[in-house]
Amino acid sequence: MPTQILMPALSPTMEEGTLAKWLVSEGDTISAGDVIAEIETDKATMEVEAVDEGVLAKILIAGGSENVSVNTPIAILIEEGEEAGDLSALSAVEPETTSTASPDVTVDAAPIAPVAEPVMRASDPAIPDGTAMVPVVLRDALRDAMAEEMRRDERVFLMGEEVAQYQGAYKVSRGLLDEFGPKRVIDTPITEYGFAGLGVGAAFGGLKPIVEFMTFNFAMQAIDHILNSAAKTRYMSGGQMSCPIVFRGPNAAASRVGAQHSQDYAPWYGHVPGLIVIAPYDSSDAKGLLKAAIRDPNPVVFLEHELIYGEIFDVPDVKDWVLPIGKARVARQGTDVTIVAYSRMVGYALEAADILAGEGIDAEVIDLRTIRPLDMETVLASVRKTNRLVTAEESWGCMGVGAEIAAAVTIGAFDYLDAPPARVHQAEAPLAYAGNLEALALPGVDDIVRAAKGVCYVG
Amino acid sequence: MANSSRKTSSAKAQTSGKTNKAEMLDYYQQMLLIRRFEEKAGQLYGMGLIAGFCHLYIGQEAVVTGMKAAIIDGDQMITGYRDHGHMLALGMDAAGVMAELTGRVGGYSGGKGGSMHMFSVEKNFYGGHGIVGAQVPLGTGLAFADQYKENGNVSLTFFGDGAANQGQVYESFNMAKLWDLPVVFVIENNQYAMGTSIERSSSETHLYKRGASFGIPGEEVDGMDVLAVRDAGLRAVKRARDGKGPTILEMKTYRYRGHSMSDPAKYRTREEVNEVRQHHDPIDHAKARILDEKWADEADLKAIDKEVRAIVAAAADFAQDSPQPDPSALLTDILA
Repeated sequence: MPTQILMPALSPTMEEGTLAKWLVSEGDTISAGDVIAEIETDKATMEVEAVDEGVLAKILIAGGSENVSVNTPIAILIEEGEEAGDLSALSAVEPETTSTASPDVTVDAAPIAPVAEPVMRASDPAIPDGTAMVPVVLRDALRDAMAEEMRRDERVFLMGEEVAQYQGAYKVSRGLLDEFGPKRVIDTPITEYGFAGLGVGAAFGGLKPIVEFMTFNFAMQAIDHILNSAAKTRYMSGGQMSCPIVFRGPNAAASRVGAQHSQDYAPWYGHVPGLIVIAPYDSSDAKGLLKAAIRDPNPVVFLEHELIYGEIFDVPDVKDWVLPIGKARVARQGTDVTIVAYSRMVGYALEAADILAGEGIDAEVIDLRTIRPLDMETVLASVRKTNRLVTAEESWGCMGVGAEIAAAVTIGAFDYLDAPPARVHQAEAPLAYAGNLEALALPGVDDIVRAAKGVCYVG
Repeated sequence: MANSSRKTSSAKAQTSGKTNKAEMLDYYQQMLLIRRFEEKAGQLYGMGLIAGFCHLYIGQEAVVTGMKAAIIDGDQMITGYRDHGHMLALGMDAAGVMAELTGRVGGYSGGKGGSMHMFSVEKNFYGGHGIVGAQVPLGTGLAFADQYKENGNVSLTFFGDGAANQGQVYESFNMAKLWDLPVVFVIENNQYAMGTSIERSSSETHLYKRGASFGIPGEEVDGMDVLAVRDAGLRAVKRARDGKGPTILEMKTYRYRGHSMSDPAKYRTREEVNEVRQHHDPIDHAKARILDEKWADEADLKAIDKEVRAIVAAAADFAQDSPQPDPSALLTDILA
């Protein structure tokens, strides 16, 4: 049975090429792997190897021919002993039309919504009447969350720098080594890239790792594994692979530690489909959301804040306090302006709201709690009520969380806005060491007050 | 090609090379399947049916075939982007692999992964990773999970001579030995990191020595000899399973094709490639042994080849007939 040899595509972009020269002649016997021709592509000269064995019966396209389209028959191969016979009919056959590898999906037709992931609509669990509220230091709320989940599930373990014997660089893991032992509370070498990847591999292998970064600044060495290995693998495997892992640690500016140790990564991770990103403010949310993160089957980036680790907030004294991921919280009800914040900025927003109240402006404060997926439903409902939006974040404004919210509000509640949204964020510079410059760069209560008055056209 | 086995540990190599008819015919069939599959993949690429990057395993077949013969059910494999051979060796369906190469719904990832990103939890294949060296900490993590679960399994973590210079490899070596994880690091030294030869990229070209400063023993193995690979594999896997920690196996091997389909491979001579193909080919090597031992004659081997070609042809047909993924698949499998 004669076979056509077709002009091959030799690069991802090649559509046609020059058949520079034949290295075999009609009548030659060839075997698989023999170099039979040289082809010039748009990038290079490539050697073409035979795939099948047989006798080269006829060369259809002569050496030196230019602009030969991919898939044009260039020669005919017959089996050894077969008669060449009348090949003219075969050579006249047009190349078979093959379906191309490019997808049918066009951008217009694709079901791309502003929020590409399923919106989670769960509500916070009801707290039974008479439940005691217990004051808990934020760092201990995080520790309690880990301890409770480790008691509940043998597969959960904690690894990171100084998490075990040192009891945590910021004392978040205090006591865990004593309770769970060195098999489940593991001190790592200072090798973020390596241990983040090892954690992802362990999650592939069926465990539920909590990987602590001493700060998220150091996670930049590991971001390849957070994005390429953890976030994308479920999709790349067509849903087969699961990566239940929590990457946690302090995020954003500490105090006077300079540019390399002071950055808010919420927008970085919030950009990535396949990740869940949580940035809680108080002890109750930190505990309830960290427990939810550990139970979640997806990779979760859990952004804490060093400067509020020592603050005390009430936590409901219930047996298993778990909060829904992807649900924002109205931290303060108001009617005049919506202030959207996360992490430490929620505290500043609440302080700003108190000041604004004194000036006759009734601000509603929304604590996003989860950065991805964003709970735009709660934000939009608030803006439809107040008609004004201020966002507050510690990251830079350019491509930031506030930028995303402002865009989503402009799309989702354009007719309700009485003023352009205002964004409060860090100055667009690496964070300075000098005390005065640091203070100038970081967003504070006054900045939020000023922005809120601005969108209310007051003062 | 190294014909001798060199080691950094003091124990003398026990390269027995013992085999029998059934085993050898099995290895032969396995290697041939990989080669014919890859040749067909190259052909489909040439027809525009496979797109993007496609890295063929031709020439390196003995490495994964020998390592597969050294493991038991439940042991894992993970590798980089030159991954088709590993999947076939683990018994993944050739049609499912080929259909992933063509980006069709019948592929292992439903067309969403492509040549470099395929997985089978059922067959213990953990990818298929496109970032050079990233599979090394991931594979070390699989071994961490094995140790944690005390399941007695071992993780085979494959990477190339190019990845051997990645920093994360050494971070992994350190933790693997520090915790004596059940992992075997299999370096497939095909001597070229894309176009850069090992001499031009590596200060120490004996990659089996790269674990020395971590206390990880290494062994240089003739990666063109399936039995040498298997025997070295058996030793390393036993160490790992016995709780003695990682081993580095440097497989001296060679790829006949370019780094990827779009690589003209001008950085080496045709003579160099031909020398390996003619004198060190792993499949010819196995065939010679089979014929010498009279375990089969030319006609028997031809029949095996025919059988293999039929599997590959059916895989290619399936890969072309299977439809593209439904547009509704665009936004699924992102989160659980």
